[in-house]
Amino acid sequence: MNFTLKIWRQKNAKAKGKFVTYKINDISSNCSFLEMLDILNEQLVVKGEEPVAFDHDCREGICGTCSLYINGRPHGPDDAVTTCQLHMRKFKDGDTIVVEPWRAKPFPVIRDLICDRQAFDKIIQAGGFISVNTGGIPDANAILIPKEKADYSMDAAACIGCGACVAACKNASAMLFVAAKVSHLALLPQGKAEASERVQAMVSKMDELGFGNCTNTGACEAECPKQISITNIARMNREFLGAKLGAQKKRASGGGGF
Amino acid sequence: MSKLNSKIPSGPLPEKWMHYKDHINLVNPANKRKLDIIVVGTGLAGASAAASLGALGFKVKAFCYQDSSRRAHSIAAQGGINASKNYQNDGDSVYRLFYDTIKGGDYRAREANVYRLAEVSGSIIDQSVALGVPFAREYGGLLDNRSFGGAQVSRTFYARGQTGQQLLLGAYSALSRQIKLGTVEMYTRHEMLDLVLIDGKARGIIARNLVDGKIERYSAHTVVLATGGYGNVFFLSTNAMGSNATAVWKAYKRGAYFGNPCFTQIHPTCIPVHGDYQSKLTLMSESLRNDGRIWVPKNKEDVEALRHGKLKPKDIAEENRDYYLERRYPAFGNLVPRDVASRAAKERCDAGFGVGETGLAVYLDFAAAIKRLGKKAIEERYGNLFQMYNKIVDEDPYETPMMIYPAVHYTMGGLWVDYELQSTVPGLFIAGEANFSDHGANRLGASALMQGLADGYFVLPYTLQNYLADQINVPRFQTDTKEFDEAEKQVRGRIQKLMDVKGSKPVDYFHKQLGRIMWDNVGMGRNKAGLEKAIEQIRKTREEFWKDVKIPGDVDGLNPELEKAGRVADFLELGELMAMDALNREESCGGHFREEYQTPEGEAMRNDADFMYVAAWEYKGDNVAPEVHKESLNYESIEVKQRNYK
Ligand SMILES: Cc1cc2nc3c(=O)[nH]c(=O)nc-3n(C[C@H](O)[C@H](O)[C@H](O)COP(=O)(O)OP(=O)(O)OC[C@H]3O[C@@H](n4cnc5c(N)ncnc54)[C@H](O)[C@@H]3O)c2cc1C
Ligand code: FES
Repeated sequence: MNFTLKIWRQKNAKAKGKFVTYKINDISSNCSFLEMLDILNEQLVVKGEEPVAFDHDCREGICGTCSLYINGRPHGPDDAVTTCQLHMRKFKDGDTIVVEPWRAKPFPVIRDLICDRQAFDKIIQAGGFISVNTGGIPDANAILIPKEKADYSMDAAACIGCGACVAACKNASAMLFVAAKVSHLALLPQGKAEASERVQAMVSKMDELGFGNCTNTGACEAECPKQISITNIARMNREFLGAKLGAQKKRASGGGGF
Repeated sequence: MSKLNSKIPSGPLPEKWMHYKDHINLVNPANKRKLDIIVVGTGLAGASAAASLGALGFKVKAFCYQDSSRRAHSIAAQGGINASKNYQNDGDSVYRLFYDTIKGGDYRAREANVYRLAEVSGSIIDQSVALGVPFAREYGGLLDNRSFGGAQVSRTFYARGQTGQQLLLGAYSALSRQIKLGTVEMYTRHEMLDLVLIDGKARGIIARNLVDGKIERYSAHTVVLATGGYGNVFFLSTNAMGSNATAVWKAYKRGAYFGNPCFTQIHPTCIPVHGDYQSKLTLMSESLRNDGRIWVPKNKEDVEALRHGKLKPKDIAEENRDYYLERRYPAFGNLVPRDVASRAAKERCDAGFGVGETGLAVYLDFAAAIKRLGKKAIEERYGNLFQMYNKIVDEDPYETPMMIYPAVHYTMGGLWVDYELQSTVPGLFIAGEANFSDHGANRLGASALMQGLADGYFVLPYTLQNYLADQINVPRFQTDTKEFDEAEKQVRGRIQKLMDVKGSKPVDYFHKQLGRIMWDNVGMGRNKAGLEKAIEQIRKTREEFWKDVKIPGDVDGLNPELEKAGRVADFLELGELMAMDALNREESCGGHFREEYQTPEGEAMRNDADFMYVAAWEYKGDNVAPEVHKESLNYESIEVKQRNYK
């Protein structure tokens, strides 16, 4: 198969970027999208040009490192896959393919197709955990968790933190990511004790980092490679409201401290 | 004199760890703040170590090359994690997990370490659940288990097909909490390029900031390497693209011995190679062998007909199928250990019964399980794996059997460590897949996650304290010393040397060439002539690399080709050591199969009289032969037998 690629090239965070057009021929339809870029890069290196920088690691759809915006869609035209799982058979011979990095203010481009997603880590650091130290833990089977609960929690926990939800959203909202993280822990009895502090800390960090508001377009769910459901956002909103009310009550009663 | 002192505590096996913990020196809370620890790697081993050490109050600096610590290769582990909880009441115990691991490793692991691993395995599950890992549950709300190869009990805990992801997210969340609390400083997109020794002790590292290319110095009282395995020496493997040996290789060159470098695990169930542009191989979890049956056709005519599309796998009648694992190993059937399953697949394919376009594949068939349990149950167990297969191969495994073939997956070898996980360089500790560890010559499925978390959550927090206890008066180390100067100079010199080659071929050209040499000669079947040839060819490839590699771009900025070049340069040296170790070990054991040493039935033939030891290699200088030291293995609690899975 033959393709015309229009790829975003940008030297570093400060430089101005632009699209550069490349032709690539004789690509097998069983080739993955990233393998196609490998082939392009080998050709560029041999010609003495700088290869296209893109993020990737596991190449099996689980680490969340790969992150390309392909023909206007995060992770490209196939559903429920990451870019590294996308294969050229999903394109037509002769297609022109436009490849860009994630575009969102909180994810600045570092080089070419690579952007900085540390904002997600900062949200987790704000409160996306259960506060236990190592050791001194009761037996794992001491807490019974209904299978259904554990399954819902796992559905949310499957998020790979790739940022496609932010890239897909016209407001660059991180609601789906944060909601998945909040839901994963809030659904489990272990996560209940800190649930309200957690959701407040994570949401306020998200706002502080410049992610936009959610206007319920559903684009995030449609583009999520792990099909994380937007019902998580509704759950988070309930958690958040509940937490805020709880905090107000606490203040009204003098914080409950003696 | 050899530096190999394994420091195994005295006393009966089940009491060693307790006894050790009861008698080590501790550091009081006020002093912990004054002690710095560097942890390189934030996979399961590194993240759990950094989080636990931070929680104890030490000052930790953690490093990883990815953009987030949560993206370490551990994230890709699918099938599960072992623990001897005996929740299923099926006869499991600490002793049995210990026994299975030693036997699975073909009697080439250290008893005391493996026993400790089995002993702390239960606490890993407790810890992970407390951190919010959503393991699979039964309807009654209790934890569910599945079985894995090499065991006759169900002791594997899992979170769908994403167990590594969930365990890592648990450790990552604990690490994130410590970052918030200020005990851990996290350095992402940083690659360690050298180890710094002061007065013979590990006291720091040189790292390259991968974004701006700056070479940076970091000091500490002690250094932990948890940088994963080196399977990518083979170019094609199930490892992540960035998985590398650079950190351990630099440590080797600074005096850490390399243990059993030739012990490599070839995993039986991976998606077969389909083209020369291929960049990696995808694992199909071993858990699939719980419900999938492995077969090839009995008749060559059927093989031909399948290859030409005249028959579909479904059309082959039961009596014309060879379920060769069930045939050869009735007691364990499809759940024999990995090395056995891989070799059996190779044997059938070499004999001309392989399927698929290349003849290098066998079937993994779920039809019987779907019939017995229903499609929904199979979907619940393996849904994401089936989807992954479907996306790559464009075939639906609910309808037609998967095609699989063995691929490089894991390295049992690694830096040699004593009972405390300390290498032969004082103050340098090695955890997770990076150490030569607990798996002997073959690792059982679901035991790497267990080992990584055991090392990080439950072993290092004790052994590091014991090491640091007499250093509370050692002030923080400065980085403007001659040792740091020297190390930085070396790092810069090497980067410049790579850039200056200005040859004509991309890095991958050499990596692929190395991979082919390794796969053909240091892979599933090894022999003297092949290994000798491999050593020669690796040397040639290495020479060619240093003459003809081409790295575009600059050193002071993000440069993925430069990163790759540094890693491949190290693989080109490590590959040779692996071949030398394989040549030295004149026996077959676990994943190391020397064709000269096999039983008439084609099973591995160990030589306990001459080779019941860990080969620990000492670096002696470039282009000088390394020296092998031997740690002999003594089995006090286990009777050493020929492995038998029949
Ligand atoms: C596809 C797949 C499936 C698997 N499934 C299972 C399973 O079901 N059960 C099981 O028990 N095991 C499984 N394994 C094995 C297991 O996942 C690994 O052995 C284990 O996760 C390794 O963990 P680790 O912490 O030692 O290293 P890794 O997770 O590999 O982490 C290495 C860390 O070191 C960092 N690093 C490396 N080099 C440098 C450097 N030079 N400078 C700075 N940082 C560096 C990386 O950034 C990373 O953070 C699987 C492996 C694969 C490949
Ligand atoms: S590279 Fe890991 S998800 Fe794509």
